[in-house]
Amino acid sequence: MGSPTAKEVIDRMELPFNGFGIDPYGVSKKHMAQALAVFGWLYRNYFRVKCQGVEHVPKRGRGMLVGNHSGGYAIDGMMTVTAMALELDPPRLAQSMTEKFMNALPGASLWTSRTGQFTGLPEHAERLLHDERLLLVFPEGARGTAKLYKERYSLVEFGTGFIRLALKTKTPIIPFGFVGGADAVPSVRNSKTLGKLLGVPYVPITPWGLALPAPTTCQLHFGEPMHFEGSGDEDDATVRGWVGQVKSRIAQLIDEARAARKARVTGGGDR
Amino acid sequence: MKVLVVGTGGPLAQGVALQLKARGHEVMGMDRRPWTDAPKGIPTFNVDIRKRAAEDVFRTQLPECVVHMATVNALTAGGEERARINVGGTRAVFEHSVGHGVKHVVFVGRHTYYGAGVDSPLYHTEDEPPHGIGEFPELADLVAADLFAANALWREPRLCTTVLRLVYTLGPSRQGTLASFLKGRRVPMVLGYDPLFQFLEEGDAVHAIVHAAEQRVKGIFNVAGPSPVPLSSIIRYTDRIPVPLPEPVLVRLFGRFGFPKLPRGAIEHIKYPIVVDGRAFKRVTGFQFQVDEVETLRRFREIASVDFK
Repeated sequence: MGSPTAKEVIDRMELPFNGFGIDPYGVSKKHMAQALAVFGWLYRNYFRVKCQGVEHVPKRGRGMLVGNHSGGYAIDGMMTVTAMALELDPPRLAQSMTEKFMNALPGASLWTSRTGQFTGLPEHAERLLHDERLLLVFPEGARGTAKLYKERYSLVEFGTGFIRLALKTKTPIIPFGFVGGADAVPSVRNSKTLGKLLGVPYVPITPWGLALPAPTTCQLHFGEPMHFEGSGDEDDATVRGWVGQVKSRIAQLIDEARAARKARVTGGGDR
Repeated sequence: MKVLVVGTGGPLAQGVALQLKARGHEVMGMDRRPWTDAPKGIPTFNVDIRKRAAEDVFRTQLPECVVHMATVNALTAGGEERARINVGGTRAVFEHSVGHGVKHVVFVGRHTYYGAGVDSPLYHTEDEPPHGIGEFPELADLVAADLFAANALWREPRLCTTVLRLVYTLGPSRQGTLASFLKGRRVPMVLGYDPLFQFLEEGDAVHAIVHAAEQRVKGIFNVAGPSPVPLSSIIRYTDRIPVPLPEPVLVRLFGRFGFPKLPRGAIEHIKYPIVVDGRAFKRVTGFQFQVDEVETLRRFREIASVDFK
């Protein structure tokens, strides 16, 4: 039996779609299936993503996937959302918290809304978790995608909001490391002038000039869920300590993913 | 219970008056617009709520409950007069109510209070301030009326005040903001955007308001209906044709070529959703809508197909 079609995958998602195929957040079966058909192909054939540790992601109930940015724009986010649809059984919708400019752009606004990728507002994150959804968070924010190729395995400063939210909503954090995105979009510099013209914070400039991604090999590693006890009102020093624990774990997962990817690329492992 | 429904020139208020009457209450209507086919059992006072004659109705009839539905919501309505009706009328309702022993005022406002914008949260709860008045100054009078009604909760603690923020309604009257927007065969959209719209079938909206009046719940409540639906789906399902146009083109076409006449600020309302969380009202009153989103649109399609004939 072959792989299920994108439509079959979406049909198996446990979301409360109404008679129009729309869930209460505006997630559309039709748009999801169209997006998954494209991103599923990219996942398997263009970015050749290998996923490990997916068993650590809860099959149901609230969860927060927390990972690093890799590459000039959020290929990591798109591939992680795709991994949750293709690798989990039953498939799940990971809902990322996007930058505000995405909702302002024609087309991007429509597609992010219909695929459940909402602006990163505390109200959105909290509501989705209370509704037992799976949240995708990149605590590096836009600073993470702005990393240049030479900084690709580093982590910039993490925000602390995700830990407070996890504490407040008693949500497990599932850390992950993503590598390969920086080879797809290896930023040598970021053009803010071009960004201003297009209504985005910056445009990554690659050695071939354009920000079009090159085919590459990506690796996505999930770690065991991390649980923190508290109310979310803890002092900054305590919260920063927990943020540091998550950051260290993500750094370890990046190292593991790098080793696994190197083995694939050099032929020493499963390609 | 003796109830005065203010705004009975409008179909929704007429529905509220009729249902309250059917449920055994003593009901009166008031509006400067006539209710020509009002039933005999519902006396109506053809007066403007802001005039002296309106206060006489409060003084002589001594209603126990007042349902205030005399606000103008249509975005196409003229600015200054609309503001006078919405803010001045709401003030008069509360002043007369306090002055003449009314125990309960139900203010029926709109969910557009919250405004639409790029950084607005998808679901609005009652404790949120309004967003986006800057981009849409035409909304200011509705927001002011809502806030004036809401602050009666602390200004007049002996009066039970209910502020309802009701989503769009669709139904046999073919009136209301959403119904007017869907009036033509071709309905404009902003290219690249497809906001969620939330609506209640008119009968359900009437039930919700009657629930609030009968149960005398104090506070501010969003009144939501079924799951929200993208504008493109609403347009197609009601047999209209969506016409997505780039924003700079669309704003120049408002009011021309059969497109609805909308103020510039209304563009945000067809780019971004206003969706409200109605759980508090449901928890307190037990209100449950009866007609789902598909059936509401199916009925509207049948009723509103006459618009094209």
